[in-house]
Amino acid sequence: MDLSLLALSPPGWGGVLLAGLFSSLQLAVGGYLLGLVIGIGGASGKLYGGPIVRDLLEVYTTLVRAIPELVLILLLYYAGTDLVNQLMHLLGLPSMDISGLAAGIFVIGVVQGAYSTEVLRGAIKAIPAGEIEAARAYGMSPLLTLRRVTLPAMLPYAVPGLSNLWLIATKDTALLAVVGFSELTLVTRQAAGSTKHYMTFFLAAGALYLAVTLVSNVIIGMIEKRARRGMVREA
Amino acid sequence: MKSILKTVALAALVGVASVGAASAAPIKMGVAAEPYPPFTSPDASGKWVGWEVDLMNAVCAEAKLECEITPIAWDGLIPALTSKKIDTILSSMSITDERLKTIDFSDKYYNTPASLAGPKEASFTADAAGLKDKILGVQVSTIHAEYAQKHFKDAVSEIKEYQTLDEANNDLAAGRLDAVFADAITLDAFLNSEQGKACCDKKGDVADDPAVLGAGIGFGLRKGDDELKGKLNAAIKAIRDNGTYEKFSKNYFDFDVYGK
Amino acid sequence: MIKDEATILPAYKPPKARSLLEPHRLFLMAVFAGIFACAVIYMRWDWLPKYQDRLIAGIWQTLVLLFTTAFFGFLLAVPLGLAQVTGPRPLKWLANGFCTIIRGTPLLLQLWLLYYGLGSLFAQFPEIRQSFMWPYLRQAWPYGFTALMLSFAAYEGEVMRGAFAGVPRGELEAARAFGMGRFTMFRRIWLPRAIQRSLPTLNGETVLQLKSTPLVATITVVDTYAVISKVRQDTFLTYEPLLLLALIYLILTGILVAGFRFLENRIPSRGA
Repeated sequence: MDLSLLALSPPGWGGVLLAGLFSSLQLAVGGYLLGLVIGIGGASGKLYGGPIVRDLLEVYTTLVRAIPELVLILLLYYAGTDLVNQLMHLLGLPSMDISGLAAGIFVIGVVQGAYSTEVLRGAIKAIPAGEIEAARAYGMSPLLTLRRVTLPAMLPYAVPGLSNLWLIATKDTALLAVVGFSELTLVTRQAAGSTKHYMTFFLAAGALYLAVTLVSNVIIGMIEKRARRGMVREA
Repeated sequence: MKSILKTVALAALVGVASVGAASAAPIKMGVAAEPYPPFTSPDASGKWVGWEVDLMNAVCAEAKLECEITPIAWDGLIPALTSKKIDTILSSMSITDERLKTIDFSDKYYNTPASLAGPKEASFTADAAGLKDKILGVQVSTIHAEYAQKHFKDAVSEIKEYQTLDEANNDLAAGRLDAVFADAITLDAFLNSEQGKACCDKKGDVADDPAVLGAGIGFGLRKGDDELKGKLNAAIKAIRDNGTYEKFSKNYFDFDVYGK
Repeated sequence: MIKDEATILPAYKPPKARSLLEPHRLFLMAVFAGIFACAVIYMRWDWLPKYQDRLIAGIWQTLVLLFTTAFFGFLLAVPLGLAQVTGPRPLKWLANGFCTIIRGTPLLLQLWLLYYGLGSLFAQFPEIRQSFMWPYLRQAWPYGFTALMLSFAAYEGEVMRGAFAGVPRGELEAARAFGMGRFTMFRRIWLPRAIQRSLPTLNGETVLQLKSTPLVATITVVDTYAVISKVRQDTFLTYEPLLLLALIYLILTGILVAGFRFLENRIPSRGA
């Protein structure tokens, strides 16, 4: 195996791989956060929304969880841009230039959102009803209740599911290779194809992904410990 | 808790901001996100290099356009063009009647024959008889794939379609394919590489079929984008006339790649 | 490593059967039916008859891949889970390392590593090229099968680890008190109880596996996804083939979920 191919500066491809890793992380972070926003909205809607909102959210989460991510990514990557531009057109605005990154984040976010919705809904349901009733009894507005009581109280229940979603987000970014987005997996394939050293580059990329997972696990462990403060230790 | 809310708010903002980041847009040139030497391939510093990149620079300088390369998967180029993710396709795409139903093209900027490559130890002719019972590799949605479907389908045992030509070449070297059918110049680039030299050689050009192989390669354009089409056509003609085309082509080829 | 059972994806759970005839539902159904009808009428579907046979063959390929990889993956998951719970140190580390690596890297990358990396390495050895295995190793599906099976084994192995560890001590002690040998105890009590405990997750894992199968299209296996890609490339249509593809997977998932629910109802279980 020729390790000089992985040198950080040309003719080594290490720099390209790291740039790819950076794009992957951008996608994962952006998509994950967007997913959380959708998830908070979705969970609130599923728990407290009217019947139509609930059913629509059910359709959304069911669809996303039943259709392969790869298919969703293809659909949303092209349709997302098209829809935004047609919307802009309807509103009489000039069409927008949507970067590949924004489209990628949108795609990952929509997929993550469905899972986040379920994780958060489960976590909110795990909060003792009395705590939320007490907040209402104090005359807190729904938004204040959400901010002061519901979100902090559900956190310990949500952390395992949410951290798992983060790990999935980092791996799902690889699927954007199929639409030609220059993230880690695609640049790896390009480097491998250009140099014909497939094993070297795929193993290197695998090591990078694994490093992301392992570092994430350490951080998740710390967060879990912190989130569980003051909770009865499970047997 | 506050920090979480802040992060969430920030994420929403970032999401909106990155979508809203529209500017005086340069022309986005869609390039297939794969090594396709000597026309377009990524180098070790992450930049795109090759003959078509030089051509793009020359054409855009001539037409006073600001151009930037946007890598897209080969089979996603036309959808990306019609859904306005890119403005132009710069990816050795042949001008065919089938494609003209969906998109428009500039005038041609190069034209080359199609040829077959196979393992050194095998000897066969570049036609249906030579390919009898062989496994043939082509790149998806290329003129070569269509040509193979039309002329070789009944002879070969299987036609395998690859996302990138580079993968087909690799499988030829790995012995999983008995032949690869592709553009002559690109195949030469592979056959002159270390991997290609070791395993394979050229079996010859196939008989022309203009209906499938098309009339050369041009910039792919959205239908109705006549302003850009006019500018590109004028620029292609200008660099052909003033010698720029010949100048940068010399770095790659010892013949006129423009064809007849 | 996060060592919670909650690390398993929240699998698809069908919504509780509520009445479908509430007024707002009727309204929503009418709206969706309207959208569906518009899609059927106003979009282009004339390509469908031409690709019908290939599509059915593709769906068959998808299903074969799904069930064989899930079956063999599960067989591999049992020793993986067991090794992590009671194996000797080196075996434990090996099983744990395997699960961590497979679960920590994208399946797409594993697939390409196997097919383009390992596959072309094989070709360099004349012994392999001349062996009886070569006609198989030349094809793409063994690599797709292996990658999918290993992935299923690693995720389900994690579940089995939890399942083995979660069998109540008392049951094992009772077995010992009956004078069962270690192996008999494993065969009669520990394994069946662990498998029974892992069954509820199989539903979700199988749906996830179904959703992973289209990745094999990137290494030239012709499954449902590959057939639809072909349609896209032949017709230059962006949305219609993809929408049909989504619908096909939706229906397959629905059938899977319904099938598992039927099986679960038939297997008596007291809340594990």
